[in-house]
Amino acid sequence: MQNVYLDYAATTPTDPEVLAVMMPYFTELFGNPSSVYSFASKSRKAIDAARNQVAEALNAGPDEIFFTGSGTEADNWALKGTLERLRSKGDHLITTKIEHHGILHTAEYLEKVEGFRVTYLPVDAEGRVRLEDLEAAMTDKTVLVSVMFANNEVGTIQPVGPIGALCRERGVLFHTDAVQAAAQLDIDVKALNIDMLSLSGHKMYGPKGTGVLYLRKGLRLENFIHGGGQEKGRRASTENIAGIVGLGAAFERMKARLPQEKPRLCALRDRLIDGVLSKIPHAKLNGARGDERLPNNTNFSFIGIEGETLLLDLDSKGISASTGSACSSGSLDPSHVLMALGLSHEMAHGSLRMTLGRGTTDEQVDYVLEVLPEIVARRRSMSPLWEDFLKKNGGR
Amino acid sequence: MNYSEKVMDHFSNPRNVGEIENADGIGEAGNPKCGDIMKIYLKVRDNVIEDVKFKTFGCASAIASSSMATELIKGKTVEEAWDMTNSAVAEALDGLPPIKMHCSVLAEEAIHMAINDYRVKHGMEAIPMKHYDHDHDHDHCAV
Repeated sequence: MQNVYLDYAATTPTDPEVLAVMMPYFTELFGNPSSVYSFASKSRKAIDAARNQVAEALNAGPDEIFFTGSGTEADNWALKGTLERLRSKGDHLITTKIEHHGILHTAEYLEKVEGFRVTYLPVDAEGRVRLEDLEAAMTDKTVLVSVMFANNEVGTIQPVGPIGALCRERGVLFHTDAVQAAAQLDIDVKALNIDMLSLSGHKMYGPKGTGVLYLRKGLRLENFIHGGGQEKGRRASTENIAGIVGLGAAFERMKARLPQEKPRLCALRDRLIDGVLSKIPHAKLNGARGDERLPNNTNFSFIGIEGETLLLDLDSKGISASTGSACSSGSLDPSHVLMALGLSHEMAHGSLRMTLGRGTTDEQVDYVLEVLPEIVARRRSMSPLWEDFLKKNGGR
Repeated sequence: MNYSEKVMDHFSNPRNVGEIENADGIGEAGNPKCGDIMKIYLKVRDNVIEDVKFKTFGCASAIASSSMATELIKGKTVEEAWDMTNSAVAEALDGLPPIKMHCSVLAEEAIHMAINDYRVKHGMEAIPMKHYDHDHDHDHCAV
């Protein structure tokens, strides 16, 4: 039996080369960067180098990069810090119904606890925000728009450039959660008029527990974590030096590999999508196709089957996949993203996300295309929903 | 989700899957919103459940609960089958995660509905159905 990992959107393994770069900062180069002696300066320099690596990958300046403990922390900081800072100018945040919980739950907190107003934009059937909806939602009290760069469940890439241009024209700040997109797409924060951007190290073959908030020069947010004077006094906490070094190294490597890796993943992704749709009757692809989809994302719904069933059956064949956001695995509710795309409850319950990565091969895709149709057919044969569906569709 | 070996056994190799043609009683519980639907078919002879089959749309614990429940009532009298509780199903599976206990309740409810269907078809009165507590994490399923 093969072991096939297809949950790269949940997390990636740390690249051994990245780990090797990190190791000295756990042991011999352990100096606290805030200390004044020369030994500590090695730690400071390592952080500066990582800041440069991240800045270069985003076409930003190093003074615009702030290291955080995760992408979720960066999301929280961007939203809470902006709304608290700009309270006198306005109290309105616009985001979307399909954001990651790092944004959605923060927005709900700001709404319910802090009394801010939040508009949750709908999306079209493929998960795309419509510019006209955004424009219509803007008021003179809108201070921040937060739209994810690409969706973590269905992989749809948002029209970030036009959104950024509209926000800049209206004098509204624009934040994007690029946790899924940063390592897979070329992102130029200046060209796209992005004011704030969140990313996470463990989605790009770097270590877990690391993140970044890009903050356009001149912008001031309320601090999210108070304490010491680290990160130019804007994000307290002794720096996770090894993690920061790992994130910088991982991002630099991802960008260098992108010209080869992106077309490779797109080809594998499309072969998997075409194979599933052709081999499994009444399979539905969720999300956009082609250039509007993350290179590594596939997401399907299979009428008549519940998602967990598929995951466990695939696991018994050595395949690791997901039914959506891994963060929602403790919940019984169907994915909020799939519901926002207009799927019925039963189709949303029957979703399967397979996300590809550096370790994915043609042989692995072949293996999935061999075992998945059998699994779907077997479970459908036990399903009263499938039976009803067949009756309604003349047994086809 | 941590499932017991018995849950995984009944999920991977479910017993009594299928339909019974001309079933004496059919019961269905759950709804697509919850992601669980159980359909139970009964064949009754001389007041004994001679055969029972099920079809289930749902997660591993829903499939395992259906499988175990059908095993527990097979060969029992109709009255004994009625008295089988969801707790008995969960215990026979060596427990279910708390968030998934509603699956065993669905199995009990589907069996009760099938038995009442059988009773009505055979000129008996339906037994008053109790309130089945499907109250769990998602409010829309608290029917």
